[in-house]
Amino acid sequence: MIRVEVGPDPFDAATAAGALEQGGAGGIATFTGLVRADGGVSTLELEHYPGMTERVLRDLADEATRRWDLSAAIILHRVGPMTVGERIVFVGTAAAHRGEAIAAMHFLIDRLKTDAPFWKREHRAGGESWIEARAADDDAADRWRE
Amino acid sequence: MRIEMLYFAWVREAVGISGEAVTPPEAVRNVADLIAWLGEQSEGHGRAFAEPEKLRAAIDQQFVPLDRELGAAREVAIFPPVTGG
Repeated sequence: MIRVEVGPDPFDAATAAGALEQGGAGGIATFTGLVRADGGVSTLELEHYPGMTERVLRDLADEATRRWDLSAAIILHRVGPMTVGERIVFVGTAAAHRGEAIAAMHFLIDRLKTDAPFWKREHRAGGESWIEARAADDDAADRWRE
Repeated sequence: MRIEMLYFAWVREAVGISGEAVTPPEAVRNVADLIAWLGEQSEGHGRAFAEPEKLRAAIDQQFVPLDRELGAAREVAIFPPVTGG
């Protein structure tokens, strides 16, 4: 089971994790990314490339399912404005054993950050600015390239 | 050749529009040529495309390096490095 959803509405991470538990997996691994209270950030805004985003995420989920023996993978990503503490992204995997689930989850979140066309903008009291890409994210994603 | 351009994040803001249809001249062969040509189209385009090293591109929704030939491209997107997750 592969599920990829990108949209403006909040999502429930517990419901998504519950869906992963269906289907006879021995273990699930999940990552949830939240809007950080970074030095006065009030709102984070996410823009994306509709169509390409969903295809890239689906391709990553397909690749994860080929590389590890997964029974399910779920990627949920919010777009639009969101406030501190709100969920931005959920990545979850289910497999017979923990090693496959954890590795596949780690692969998905690392590669999502460099391969999927999303852009973040921070709003602070002093104004707003687009967040710049980090070299550390490229390094993290490169570890998973074959 | 008619190309549907799409702009995202600060590139979109600098150009002032999220997309446009363009017909570049024959001499425009690859993405870098296209960026240079677009930079001449208006003051906003000039600001958006002044520093190609800060830009990334996709042809028909696939990431490509800036030296990629346009070929039969229908949709070309120009944007800053991605920052999702």
